[in-house]
Amino acid sequence: MSDIILETRDLTKHYGGVHALEGANFTLRKGEHVAIMGDNGAGKSTFVRQITGVEQRTRGDIVFYGKPVSFAGPLDAREAGIETVFQTLALADHLDVADNLFLGREKIRFKLGPFSILDYRAMRDATLAALEKTGVKIPNIHNTIERMSGGQRQCVAIARTATFHSRLTIMDEPTAALGVQETAQVENIIRTLKEAGEPLILISHNMRQVMDLVDRIVVFRRGRIVANLKKEETDGQDVVAYITGAKTQPEYEGAA
Amino acid sequence: MANTAHGIGGLKYDPKKRTKPPELNVFMALVLIIVTFEVLGWLIYRDSFLFNTRDNVDAIFNWARINIIILQVSIIGIIAIGVTQVIISGGIDLSSGSIVGATAMIVMSFAQTELVNGNPNPKAVFGAWAMDLPVLVPILVGLACGLIAGCVNGLLIAYTRIPPFIATLGLMVSARGLSKWWTNGQPVSFPTEGFAALGKGMMPVVYFIALAILFHLILRQTVYGKHTYAIGSNEDAARMSGINVARHKVLIYTIAGMLAAIAAIILSSKNLTAQAGMGVMYELDAIAMSVIGGVSLAGGRGSIIGTVLGALIFGVIISGFTFLKLDAYYQEMVKGAIIVGAVVLDQWRQRRTAARM
Repeated sequence: MSDIILETRDLTKHYGGVHALEGANFTLRKGEHVAIMGDNGAGKSTFVRQITGVEQRTRGDIVFYGKPVSFAGPLDAREAGIETVFQTLALADHLDVADNLFLGREKIRFKLGPFSILDYRAMRDATLAALEKTGVKIPNIHNTIERMSGGQRQCVAIARTATFHSRLTIMDEPTAALGVQETAQVENIIRTLKEAGEPLILISHNMRQVMDLVDRIVVFRRGRIVANLKKEETDGQDVVAYITGAKTQPEYEGAA
Repeated sequence: MANTAHGIGGLKYDPKKRTKPPELNVFMALVLIIVTFEVLGWLIYRDSFLFNTRDNVDAIFNWARINIIILQVSIIGIIAIGVTQVIISGGIDLSSGSIVGATAMIVMSFAQTELVNGNPNPKAVFGAWAMDLPVLVPILVGLACGLIAGCVNGLLIAYTRIPPFIATLGLMVSARGLSKWWTNGQPVSFPTEGFAALGKGMMPVVYFIALAILFHLILRQTVYGKHTYAIGSNEDAARMSGINVARHKVLIYTIAGMLAAIAAIILSSKNLTAQAGMGVMYELDAIAMSVIGGVSLAGGRGSIIGTVLGALIFGVIISGFTFLKLDAYYQEMVKGAIIVGAVVLDQWRQRRTAARM
């Protein structure tokens, strides 16, 4: 049982009367890449927000590497080793690549509270190493984000998660706004993570991408999990049937 | 999109490829304005704006004018250093002028001397206990005023989530009221010699330059600076990156408040008096200096160097108008036009950056 990285039990989130997420039981094992699929408003992003501490859950447990956790905020989750690439890119447009990679956890040369002095050289070196590791190609790391294409921005966001020894990476629709070539580049990075044995939760609407990249697909519908499918045992049409509500797996019957 | 380097660009760190600093444009504008006044001076009065034309003085430049240009923007320039940080973080501070007024009144009350020409101080605010105090007392009182005012701004903005415009507008009105109430509108005068020495002569320039260098380094080299830019650039991203945005905003507004208080100490020392109307419109001049210096009202962009150059442009224009013997009313009208022009330029620059995507 020790190879379970993340487990949620009865994870629930209500916004007032809206039951955005209801009793989600989910497990992720070592080195596994799992996709979360579902229609808009099915509860995918809500599910991620509970895990990453962006919001506080209404009830339920989250167990991360065998320990029950309760993150007060995204920084807590990040310190525990959960890195998230958010749907809206969490990048500061006026800062450069290294600044963004280290935003909120800058390398320090001299500690002095909020006026601690930055170690630009160390951050630049670590940035180059991280980009090398993920295979991200950016013409000049001293360019500010506002001067970059959508694909390059997404790559920076992903490289950020890979810079630190993350124990779980979560990507919320990383290629939704990208062109074909850029999507391919992001997918390559995801494959690199797979080879490195880094666990990943991928939220995506792109069926081809999901079938290409992940081991398992979990389908959400109206705030509930309705299917847990191994990639080898399913296909695109089958998944769509679960997403639209034409099918529900027997063990989740009565849920939605 | 065609020129991006997917798969071929590779990783590079090329210092030569760094884009030229935006302050260069502001500097060019400063030079252009000086040249304009120089040319107009020769055309109209056969006199130089910046160069020495008097035979009895041995100097290349007209130092008297240059000193005045810098001196007259130094005190508001100190305020602008704080306002710059506020605007970079995506906020605005309308209260700094009123903080100057209120702080000057309170500071001067603790800097008075007991005897004026052998008679008791006619403007005494407190009893004998507050007379002839060491100069450190009014300085600390002043800094405390700035700290409290800045904290109020910061806490209001960070924790009640009301827009900075409204929060600081509130303090702008209240602090002005406080400065009038303090002595029922009476000026506070006759400071101790020690206090009067603080802002004597060119001292304001010394403080301005020292503070500009200090905050330039802080913005460029410290975590505080990096987070200030990050919050102004993308507040949600900053929050998701684990930056304590609320706490950081309180810090930014507190620093701005304290810089306004420093300006108040220097100003009241320089003028040897404090009046309830001190610092009126200073907030707008400080904002103007920042904006002219390339600080974007949308946040995320700007620098202290830019603001210093913006302040110099400001000073040169005022001096230039006096030099050309133009009416003071024209100065204000043109000042307004320059501010609008700088914002239009900023908008245009942003759109161009967006269009390049």
